[in-house]
Amino acid sequence: MSSPKMDPIKASPLPSQVVKEDEPLLVASAKAGEIPAFETLVNRYESKIYRLTLNITQNREDAEDAMQEAFLKAFEHLDEFEGNSRFYTWLVRIAVNQALMKLRKRRPNVVSLDEQVDTGEDLVQRDVQDWGPSPEDRYKQTELNSILSSAVAELDPAFRIVFQLRDIEELSTEETAEALDLSVPAVKSRLLRARLKLRQKLDRYFRRSENS
Amino acid sequence: MKCKTIIVELANYLDEDLDPGLRAEIEQHLDKCKDCRLIVDTTKKTIQIYCNSEPAPLPENTRQRLHEALQKRLRRARN
Repeated sequence: MSSPKMDPIKASPLPSQVVKEDEPLLVASAKAGEIPAFETLVNRYESKIYRLTLNITQNREDAEDAMQEAFLKAFEHLDEFEGNSRFYTWLVRIAVNQALMKLRKRRPNVVSLDEQVDTGEDLVQRDVQDWGPSPEDRYKQTELNSILSSAVAELDPAFRIVFQLRDIEELSTEETAEALDLSVPAVKSRLLRARLKLRQKLDRYFRRSENS
Repeated sequence: MKCKTIIVELANYLDEDLDPGLRAEIEQHLDKCKDCRLIVDTTKKTIQIYCNSEPAPLPENTRQRLHEALQKRLRRARN
């Protein structure tokens, strides 16, 4: 059995926490009306913003609309971006709002981000199995992507969105709370439950079979 | 410490958001409890797998529509 000491997951800066050196300059140029600078920012983040809006809305048409509206709003309100946070965090907040509006329009009775949730200790099954060092390597990339996205899609929106921002887009707990107008403890409790639910969903794919 | 405490504190433990005393207690428990160790390890792997997953490239027609909409808006802003 390997050592039980866990390496810290986030010991080094996460990719999105490392602001690309040219970003403040690009934002300043875009604010000054230089359209190519804004286009560079769009090209940099369009795939991530589309993944975000698609994971929230679970609908391609809504995701595309929300993404377009997010970039257009970002451009229109660029003067209001004061540089206190990363540009990407600011953009994510706009995109989350657009995507939530779409989701609430389609499913008005389902989406409440501020309802009380329990802590999740009921989410751990008794039969716990090892996954091995790199369980994801047992699947082709397309299969893995399909497993990951369908597991996330099965989560309640309140958990899915917190997990999306915190563990996929790598916002901090505080940034996630700010983006969703939730308290930090509310983000933490949803994140715990989302992580445990996903662990359980992935377990059926990643647990080692008896003879492996 | 009970296994339930490990679950309740799991996210804080993985995010290193615990005071050193509680962290040490959790690690003592993990030394002895294989099930909790596996839950911590597989939850950590769950996060890492998602964290390392790259977004699929934007579908080309979706990308084209985005840039057309932006061009239209940006041209208006320029005039």
